[in-house]
Amino acid sequence: MSMKISSRQVDGVTVLDCSGRITLGEGSVILRDTVAQLLSSGQKKILLNLGDVNYIDSSGIGELVSAFTTVRKQGGELKLLNLTKKVHDLLQITKLYTVFDVKDDEAAAVKSFN
Amino acid sequence: MTANRVSYTLDSTLETVDSAEQAASRIAAETGFEDDEITRIAMAVREAAVNAVLHGNAYDPQKKVKLEFEITGNDLVITICDQGKGLDESKIPDPLAPENLLKTSGRGIFLIRSFMDEVHIRPSQTGTEIKLVKHVRGTSADAKEASQ
Repeated sequence: MSMKISSRQVDGVTVLDCSGRITLGEGSVILRDTVAQLLSSGQKKILLNLGDVNYIDSSGIGELVSAFTTVRKQGGELKLLNLTKKVHDLLQITKLYTVFDVKDDEAAAVKSFN
Repeated sequence: MTANRVSYTLDSTLETVDSAEQAASRIAAETGFEDDEITRIAMAVREAAVNAVLHGNAYDPQKKVKLEFEITGNDLVITICDQGKGLDESKIPDPLAPENLLKTSGRGIFLIRSFMDEVHIRPSQTGTEIKLVKHVRGTSADAKEASQ
């Protein structure tokens, strides 16, 4: 299943509901383009809901890191929401779990931006 | 090809990466691995295939990726060969080092090593061969645990 992203606004935060796989190729490109579009339109509070992302490879991990650092360099924040066990485990073994701000409750996550 | 060995010769494309992952998943399941282990094996093969297609063969349509699965008595052995310039593992930075944590690449080999029991990388001028070994349950992996 290829990756899909839908966007919604919640109290000034852009929530990106992602589903499918973030892998080398299409999945990574979709994420990169979506984040770039948000930044160009001035939306710098981004909550990446990965609840329906069942697979990420090393390229996908790299894309998450790239999104995180790109948003931060522009004075914004990108946080992760609802990690599946597989994605959680991947971020643990790559020591990225403590780098990202990871949330498991959307309302609390949205609030944390302000 | 024998009953417990199957090999594929694949183009240097992204489709090859997906095909390799799917084949690994299917064969690992047929070998009797649990779901979590199947995921790890398939991901290790995917990462090795990415290395072969991107870094080894650099998408060159003239170059092929050879993928072989063999079930020996105790192990599932997967070999991936490319026709690139050869991978120098010593030049791959440690992705867990603080200065590398925010790098956007360089985690493939680390993930492969994390998910497999043995990884043997043999670079040469004519390409890189990476051999991935996963012990079948009830063999050396369990014996090692039992002895501790």
